[in-house]
Amino acid sequence: MNVPALQMRGITKTYPGVRALDNVSFEVAKSEVHALVGENGAGKSTLMKILAGAQSMDSGEILLDGAPVHITSPQKAMDLGISIIYQEFNLVPYLNAAENIFLGREPRGTIPGFINFPVMYAEAQKVIDQLGVRLNVRTPVNRLSIAQQQMVEVAKATSRKASIIAMDEPSATLTEHELESLFELIRSLRQKGVSIIYISHRLEEIFQIADRVTVLRDGHLVGTNPVADTNRNEMIRMMVGRELKESAAADQKQPVEISAPALTVKNLTRKGVIEDISFTVHRGEVLGIAGLVGAGRTELARAIFGADRIDSGEVWLNGHRVEIRSPRDAIRRGIGLVAEDRKALGLILGMVVRENISLANLDAVTRVGFVNRREERRVAQRFIHDLAIKTPSVEQQVQNLSGGNQQKVVLAKWLFTQSKVLIFDEPTRGIDVGSKVEIYQLMNRLAASGVAIIMISSELPEILGMSDRILVMHEGRVSGELNREEATQEKIMSLATGGE
Amino acid sequence: MGKPNSVLRNVSQYGIVIFLVLLCAYFTWKTPKHVFITPENIANVSRQIAINTILAVGLTFVIITAGIDLSVGSVLALAGVISMTFLRDGFSIGSLPLIPQLPMLLAIPLSAVVAGVIGSGCGAFSGLVVTRFRVAPFVATLAVMTIARGLAYVYTDGRPVSPLPPEVGDLGASDVPFLHIPSLVLIALLIVAVGYVILSRTNFGRHVYAIGGNEEAARLSGVSVNRVKLQVYTLCGMLSGLSGMLLATRLASGDPKSGIMFELSAIAAVVLGGTSLMGGRGTVLGTLIGALVIGVLDNGLSLLDVSAFYQMVAKGFVILAAVILDQLTRGGK
Repeated sequence: MNVPALQMRGITKTYPGVRALDNVSFEVAKSEVHALVGENGAGKSTLMKILAGAQSMDSGEILLDGAPVHITSPQKAMDLGISIIYQEFNLVPYLNAAENIFLGREPRGTIPGFINFPVMYAEAQKVIDQLGVRLNVRTPVNRLSIAQQQMVEVAKATSRKASIIAMDEPSATLTEHELESLFELIRSLRQKGVSIIYISHRLEEIFQIADRVTVLRDGHLVGTNPVADTNRNEMIRMMVGRELKESAAADQKQPVEISAPALTVKNLTRKGVIEDISFTVHRGEVLGIAGLVGAGRTELARAIFGADRIDSGEVWLNGHRVEIRSPRDAIRRGIGLVAEDRKALGLILGMVVRENISLANLDAVTRVGFVNRREERRVAQRFIHDLAIKTPSVEQQVQNLSGGNQQKVVLAKWLFTQSKVLIFDEPTRGIDVGSKVEIYQLMNRLAASGVAIIMISSELPEILGMSDRILVMHEGRVSGELNREEATQEKIMSLATGGE
Repeated sequence: MGKPNSVLRNVSQYGIVIFLVLLCAYFTWKTPKHVFITPENIANVSRQIAINTILAVGLTFVIITAGIDLSVGSVLALAGVISMTFLRDGFSIGSLPLIPQLPMLLAIPLSAVVAGVIGSGCGAFSGLVVTRFRVAPFVATLAVMTIARGLAYVYTDGRPVSPLPPEVGDLGASDVPFLHIPSLVLIALLIVAVGYVILSRTNFGRHVYAIGGNEEAARLSGVSVNRVKLQVYTLCGMLSGLSGMLLATRLASGDPKSGIMFELSAIAAVVLGGTSLMGGRGTVLGTLIGALVIGVLDNGLSLLDVSAFYQMVAKGFVILAAVILDQLTRGGK
């Protein structure tokens, strides 16, 4: 038996509050295409970052061709022949393909400090030709298609004599035809003895290209199987097959009477992002939106909220068609958006709790242009009490609060607007269990008071527990709708990965 | 913004005040016959500081939104020459009188309004370019700086607008009755007070901070980011225009060459006052202190007979020291 090209043994990585990887072992043979799959947050990216030297591990070891190595920096990883091609390419847009391929190690000219361009172009063209790609290496990267840029990334890796190339979601932005060329490229790399780690949400691709597949779930290794010995359903079962938590009662949607339609979306389209989306959410209802990263869920929320322009489609509120051109319009009409990234989009970190809570409804505490601070403080204190926000005072800067308490400040901001439709985008991401349960309880209270709730979430137990109905999205479209009774993790994951 | 809650932040706030006091003490001690502390010198230096303070108050708003306005000095000159021409020749365009001859008591305030309107127009233009065409504020206002300066030369054919009616010069040199402080200083203090109240107490002021703190979060919270930015640049332009008129009364001349490099002193005052160029943080009172430091430094070094060249060097180092101190106290982000 040959020694594997790469072995990662017992890799453990803990972030504050989360165990991202727990004793994960993973190996890739020489000339193997090894697929790595798992839900959002399963630990794939963390594992790859550790391999790339972009993250340190708490414990575990990495062996290349049987010899232990210490990958202390991205530079070290490259020197050892490991290249990672991220979803966001690491290319300089205004430099040409050759300059990008040789960035940081340009062939020197005879005069010190000058680049030997003839040698560089010849070498670059040789690398590109060897990959069987047709491309002029003098073309600036920003004038290449996404697929060609990806080829430049691969060329960069092979020109560094990479023996292990990891590709993170390489197919996400490719057309059918481009995907076929990518597969050809991968096959030719495999023939040359390169090992490929292929990360993808699209399960059917894995059956086309991979030799073996490893499934991660919640930072644990679930198993590694030869692709020939497994099937789509088994893979889905491995990805989602966790036991439902025992605290089930705390994160269940309470039944309330679901009444009139609150928000209806008809044929909403934003080109290249979301396509022809229609649905209705009723007062008192929680509509869950499931899907994988990049399915267009956040983009849908932003489009409804007026944060991004829509190309076509209609939004109806309480039976009336409305035009929403900006978040301000949306807020005036009673729509709120608890954004996904609370630090970048939800909060003004340098402002204090009081100022953040009142921001979306400042007019309510304003008298003839002047902010009534006493009233503002009273409002903030009320929410601190109601939501049990842990802060020394209303005058504390929100950047000093914990994640869960920051999220509660965001929620307080939207509660203060008294929105009739609330969109929650990943409302419990990265927050502690206690705060999570409090947020579920809050959603129940809101629904009971007649608020219509749209909840985007990547956590299937949360979707299953809290939703009255579930919309599943795949590649910008609604791929299916499930009601509470029929929904299972397997059905959702199947729809989310493009199955029927 | 909320009360600064870190000890270091407090130190840096008071730090600049302590620095100002030490600076004044040093100049008082060192200048021959303690001329620095004499009423004549104080009146003189405070008139100089008044103009820079007014410019800096407007810039404080812009900089808190994470913007910048480089055109303040040029707008000052343009508004100055136009308003002074109206005062000298009557309010007319060519030979077409807009309003009949006015007594100076009315004409002078009216010229201030004209200057403010011209400044507002320049500011609104910058604001539109920044918000509608998404041009970086640095570039947009750099262009407006050149345009406004050019227009000032075109309008005057490069010659200063003078002589002016004697009442005009009297205003710049006058004191407020009873209070015995220069009129310019009173005007500047009023503007500081109004600016302080707007920024710290109004809905608009809150939005200014929110935009600088996190523009996208502010937009998603319903703040009309573009409108607020437009208003901020307009306000800054208006104060620049007004400064132009006031400076002209002080010098008894509307000079198209006036205000060159004023933007740098004004920005320096804002930054010394603790306003972050990254936006979201700063106060008008801080800016006042910053303007005092710059003015005292200029005046004191002149009184000590330090050559103008060395003055520039010293001023530059003081600004650097203050900003580095500020960076350190913010705890490296």
